[in-house]
Amino acid sequence: MNPVDKRRREFLGSAAAFAGAMIAPGVFLYDYANAGVSDGASRPRGPAEPASASVRWGMLIDTTKCASGCRECVDACNRENGLPGTTRSTDSQWIRKVDLKDLRTGKALSVPVMCQHCAEPPCVDVCPTGASFKRADGIVLVDRHTCIGCRYCMMACPYKARSFVHEPTTGQKPDVPRGKGCVESCTLCVHKVDRGGTPSCVEACAAAGHGAILFGDLNDPQSEIAKRIREVATAQLRADLRTDNGVRYQGISG
Amino acid sequence: MKAAGLVRGALVAALLLAGSAAGLAALAAGPSLDPARAGPCVEDPKVMRRSHMDFLKHDRDDTVRRGIRGVKHSLSACVDCHANKADGRVLGSDRHFCQGCHAFAAVKLDCFDCHASTARIAPAATAAASLPGAAR
Repeated sequence: MNPVDKRRREFLGSAAAFAGAMIAPGVFLYDYANAGVSDGASRPRGPAEPASASVRWGMLIDTTKCASGCRECVDACNRENGLPGTTRSTDSQWIRKVDLKDLRTGKALSVPVMCQHCAEPPCVDVCPTGASFKRADGIVLVDRHTCIGCRYCMMACPYKARSFVHEPTTGQKPDVPRGKGCVESCTLCVHKVDRGGTPSCVEACAAAGHGAILFGDLNDPQSEIAKRIREVATAQLRADLRTDNGVRYQGISG
Repeated sequence: MKAAGLVRGALVAALLLAGSAAGLAALAAGPSLDPARAGPCVEDPKVMRRSHMDFLKHDRDDTVRRGIRGVKHSLSACVDCHANKADGRVLGSDRHFCQGCHAFAAVKLDCFDCHASTARIAPAATAAASLPGAAR
């Protein structure tokens, strides 16, 4: 072996050693950077623990199970969040039931549409005060303490998911403060999720016997929702906008 | 004429003094509030009187933005403890805890424009229920 070959071999050897460097035995930098994503274990969070980026909450709505005319999820949302439930054009609406029909085939669908909890939320991009924000675990919220009610986020949202509170509010729930002059939308029942619960619409849909909404951690490969979206064809609404929604729909493309 | 003027002046001065003494006494006594649940607050009452707004403002960001529900200073925990025993509220009259003290101090109170002013626990159960602060 000539000296050049020897040096080349040594260089390649040390480069390979560097590329495979471990922080500790069995721990690679790659795993370290993706901590929590790789094992994806959803464990209950302690009351003093902040929301973790290793979790991404999402929902899967099976449109084949969603019944036309059923408003259980909408009513449960109104009850849970202290919304008046009135339907004037200016009233708050966190979930809308949308009825669709393909005129060529005659196939009709009824789907609930709420905040899609985008990974790249346009409402957060445009908010001038930083009131519209995405939490570490993917839930998109409005911090009403900083919201000035400019409604720019309502303009930016492709899903018409947000509402503006036009009139003084009464009958707020202790966990869901809401008041005049602020924008609001589906919070994925964040007060329940933080305590290990599931959103009220999911519970109401299951209680009504439809079970059309599945809630869970998209980052946990063992979760029911992650298994389902691996197995069946699901779609995000307006996927062309590349907002990467946390809410997915099954049976809307067919 | 001069003597009458002096007497009148003395009377006015006496009245003013008496009035301010009564006012001072009222100030020292503080607002009169209906009793709430017994038990210690999360901080010393003197500290709370001066700094409760700062505590709440600090911890609200932890709850809203980071999702920490077990903060030490939470507005709904204030309401749960300080709610009037009769109706379970902290607003309603100057004998209710939040409204009474804010009226006394002449400070505008706008928390409850958005937040619920009613305790989670029913008024009848408040006396029997254990204090959430004691468990911490």
